[in-house]
Amino acid sequence: MGYLKEIGAYFMMIKGVFIKPTKTSVLRNLILKEIDDLIIGSLGIVCFISFFVGGVVAIQTALNMDNPILPKSLIGFASRQSIILEFAPTFISIIMAGKVGSFITSSIGTMRVTEQIDALEVMGINSLNYLVFPKIIAMLFYPFVIAIAMFLGILGGYAAAVFGGFATGDQFIQGLQEDFVPFQLVYAFIKTFIFALLLATIPSYFGYYMKGGALEVGKASTTSFVWTSVFIILSNYLVTQLLLS
Amino acid sequence: MIEVKELKKGFGGDELVLKGISTTFEKGKTNLIIGQSGSGKTVFLKCLLGLFRPTEGKIVYDGEAYSELSSEKQRTLREQMGMVFQGSALFDSMTVEENIMFPLKMFTKQRKAERRERANEVIKRVNLINANNKLPSEISGGMQKRVAIARAIVNNPKYLFCDEPNSGLDPRTATLIDNLVQEITHEYDITTIINTHDMNSVMEIGEKIVFLQKGRLAWEGSKETIFRTDNEDVTNFVYSSDLFKKVREAVIKEHQ
Repeated sequence: MGYLKEIGAYFMMIKGVFIKPTKTSVLRNLILKEIDDLIIGSLGIVCFISFFVGGVVAIQTALNMDNPILPKSLIGFASRQSIILEFAPTFISIIMAGKVGSFITSSIGTMRVTEQIDALEVMGINSLNYLVFPKIIAMLFYPFVIAIAMFLGILGGYAAAVFGGFATGDQFIQGLQEDFVPFQLVYAFIKTFIFALLLATIPSYFGYYMKGGALEVGKASTTSFVWTSVFIILSNYLVTQLLLS
Repeated sequence: MIEVKELKKGFGGDELVLKGISTTFEKGKTNLIIGQSGSGKTVFLKCLLGLFRPTEGKIVYDGEAYSELSSEKQRTLREQMGMVFQGSALFDSMTVEENIMFPLKMFTKQRKAERRERANEVIKRVNLINANNKLPSEISGGMQKRVAIARAIVNNPKYLFCDEPNSGLDPRTATLIDNLVQEITHEYDITTIINTHDMNSVMEIGEKIVFLQKGRLAWEGSKETIFRTDNEDVTNFVYSSDLFKKVREAVIKEHQ
């Protein structure tokens, strides 16, 4: 019953985000700031992880290909499939639930604890629109982050395969081009878009409705990470079932 | 002027937190709400601010009952309110000047230069020196309170609400903040309501004092009449320290 109440409150919050909009000129600045904090600020860690995990995927694939009749191009093929279908959209989103999610929860939660949200409400400002709407808009740019993650993951796989002596450059690129289904990219970006909305709204919910002091801000960040991850995994399963099976 | 008529507020259970409060807060005066913890002061203040909807009763702001206004008019009314929070509630990602300009940015069509000019007027009024470009975390508690007061008055509000404006401050700074609030109330001719525990504030600026007990208005008067009241609950609350007991005795002796 408690969970149903929480889910209801979450959807009420989403509704609240879109009523009584803040002045456009103020919103524009807030959106730009959020793009800087949430998107640009995450690029470094996403690039780093994508490149090296892409490399590891290629090495693992190569090391597990014991059978000599398997073509070396399979390393490129397997790397592409793993990175585009799961690693870039899902794995990176789980990491973002930790990085961006806890940032959102703690920043909104601290504003709640220090009465800054009350100050906005007293002034007649819709605090949900002021705080959450710019985050949702900023996260619409999240698919660009995932596109970069896909590119760098494959680049990392190429580097590891070629410089590690597991395959030649031509073999890897041949594998990348084999049996390419463009709809798989569409599927990857559809789920990335859904994850972006979850990443913006679930942490906001836990920050906005938190009660207590500094300790509770920390607890809310942890809870927000857990639930954002759970909903990313669940929606990943549902979208895959709906679009690919 | 704010008139409160038979205000009741509950939160779903049988017990009401506010059990029918009626009083008037006059314009150009510092009105203080006092009472023990749990007496309903904060709920009362939040009802006055429009953050809580009363279960019964009315709050009338210069002839307009808040509950009878459209949501658009309620929003306009809210824009005429300034609030100084207990912990100042300054936006920590903004500088002092940006914090003060914030209400102007949100509710006026003023250009940046005009906003800055107005912000600097109030900065001067609250005696903030060399703090414009500092973040709230870089200034003292007393200065944060001054910034909060400046932010509350920058848009020329008709109503100023303060929740424990001098909590956590040393006695000297607390008195300065009290006096500043009173001066601003007289100068801008606004209705000021202050929620406080601090007896020094009561004695210093209590032009009207409302004493709440268990959700009811137990006594109302001023700093002059509070010395002579026979209400035992008020005397027990106000004169709980030996110092104030002695002050009271001395004042009564002087009047006799």
